[in-house]
Amino acid sequence: MAGKTLSEKVWDRHLVHSGDDGDLLYIDLHLVHEVTSPQAFDGLRLAGRTVRRPDLTLATMDHNVPTSNIDQPVADPISKKQMDTLAANCAEFGITCHAMGDPGQGIVHIIGPEQGLTQPGMTVVCGDSHTSTHGAFGAIAFGIGTSEVEHVLATQTLPQSRPKTMAVTVEGDLQPGVTAKDVVLAILGRIGTGGGIGHMIEYRGSAIRSLSMEGRMTVCNMSIEMGAKAGLIAPDETTFEYLEGRPHAPEGADWDAAVADWKTLVTDDDATFDKEVVIDAAEITPHVSWGTNPGQVVPITGEVPHPDAMVDATERNAAERALDYMGLAAGTPMKQVPVDTVFIGSCTNGRIEDLRAVAEVAEGRKVSINRAMIVPGSFKVKDQAVAEGLDKIFVEAGFDWREPGCSMCLAMNPDKLAPGERCASTSNRNFEGRQGRGGRTHLVSPAVAAATAIAGHFATPADLEN
Amino acid sequence: MRAVRTIEGTAVPLDRSDVDTDQIIPSDWLKQVERTGFEKGLFSEWRDDPGFVLNLEQFQGANVLIGGPNFGTGSSREHAVWAIQQYGFEAVISPRFGDIFRNNCTKNGLVPVQVDAETGERLMRMVEDDPTTVFEIDIASRTLRAGDIETTFPLDDSTQHRFLEGLDDIGLTLKLGDEISDFEGRRPAHLPTAS
Repeated sequence: MAGKTLSEKVWDRHLVHSGDDGDLLYIDLHLVHEVTSPQAFDGLRLAGRTVRRPDLTLATMDHNVPTSNIDQPVADPISKKQMDTLAANCAEFGITCHAMGDPGQGIVHIIGPEQGLTQPGMTVVCGDSHTSTHGAFGAIAFGIGTSEVEHVLATQTLPQSRPKTMAVTVEGDLQPGVTAKDVVLAILGRIGTGGGIGHMIEYRGSAIRSLSMEGRMTVCNMSIEMGAKAGLIAPDETTFEYLEGRPHAPEGADWDAAVADWKTLVTDDDATFDKEVVIDAAEITPHVSWGTNPGQVVPITGEVPHPDAMVDATERNAAERALDYMGLAAGTPMKQVPVDTVFIGSCTNGRIEDLRAVAEVAEGRKVSINRAMIVPGSFKVKDQAVAEGLDKIFVEAGFDWREPGCSMCLAMNPDKLAPGERCASTSNRNFEGRQGRGGRTHLVSPAVAAATAIAGHFATPADLEN
Repeated sequence: MRAVRTIEGTAVPLDRSDVDTDQIIPSDWLKQVERTGFEKGLFSEWRDDPGFVLNLEQFQGANVLIGGPNFGTGSSREHAVWAIQQYGFEAVISPRFGDIFRNNCTKNGLVPVQVDAETGERLMRMVEDDPTTVFEIDIASRTLRAGDIETTFPLDDSTQHRFLEGLDDIGLTLKLGDEISDFEGRRPAHLPTAS
């Protein structure tokens, strides 16, 4: 019998039921936030149902929370109502909830891993597409809609049809200055926004294995930008080292049993994937997006592309529309494009390693643009940054050091771009209006975002040396 | 969910690729805790343009939306499906759907009609040329008919069954309660709990 891929192994061990009508998967961890859950809880109440496993469910507030003056009541009454609704629902159904200001609060995809709740071989879902982040631990993790949130609350399972498998192999050594964000932007540039649809991607190869857990989370986070069902990386010593000693990680004999089990979570040598893509790590350079979907990227040394040169009509039309929206002329070198705002944070790049990368660039330098925000992904990240003195470096350099949350990644709180405002952002989506109506988003790594805040136009840290 | 068996009506051609769910319903609209009232938010940023296809006289009253490839990618917000449905659409046609959007459609009885790229292109041109073209979608035979085009579309058996019968997904799963309990009894002890 042919071997299995990592994602097939994890899928198969969660089958509650399998038949002509599809698979029923057990869900090990259900993360909940305030935006996509209220209608699900209403559905439970209407049908007289309960939450089957409140102990496998964890809630936090992240999308709406303001990132300043959080000791004050939330000013936006609609945001406040949504947050209050989550707190009330969690109280009613017995679910732990990290409300605004609670030491455990943060972006839902940051707090799961940092508490050790995300572990290899698990199934993790959340009413949020960036749930793919948790795949960095060798878990099958995917975003679901509100109806599915209700389904998991009521049954701790989900009916699913089995996705296809895909390997994205990045082999070789990454060049100095190339980060996990550049790796994933380069993959997106290669396979596009539809390249992963219907597939669970396994990221493989020496360049992927060389990444820290934070870097792996950045890569898996943007799997959804390729349309993938999930993105996974096989667990290894880096994974085990990250997990050991975290609050929810197994201990003693349980730890040994867990590690022994986790070591089996690799793709068998004789397993085959439905689709394979190979990328040479040495060819990856720092990337920046120029358009309005995350597949529209170029190396930062490149220029705004010419739609006329695109053979595919759909791609050409999309590029023309994007350049019009972005206010960019074809042929402009990216490094000559001036930027109004920098946003550093989000579930893609709001972890401690990201903040350290920013501090390294910021130390002893000054921000030259009007607004350069740094929003830690959680209170734990914030506290760690403060313990390391990073906050002082940020403030000294002129960055705006804020409270944790999703913030300007999707502009549901007061942190928004104005129409026409151009932003270098470490987030995950450059969609029209994503960071505020009419705002223009360029996706970059934390190091490029920091260098750009200092230079005033797209730049790498190396550019600041010259 | 209400049963969906056949759909008949006219279509709107939204000739853009990568129509992500942020465009379908911008995040400002996600702050509501109710499940209704999203029709006003549908494509709200694009609808300010009087020339936007949804605003054109000839496409008023249509109940089928035709999009380009990669329709409904991005955010998992089910509000996108609610907005499309509450505006009056009963089916969406595209050569390729975002997976989460597609799942959300099937939970609400909005029919995702996936066609090949060439058919998608032909349907788009057909409706642009003649907005009165009648579309017929039949769930039992998984068939789409419009003008001289007749094509089948993928819909797994379980979803087809739920569409035809208007079944509650959760109710079906709860019938497997014993199997779920058995599975829970076999879960390894080292798995974490959140409480």
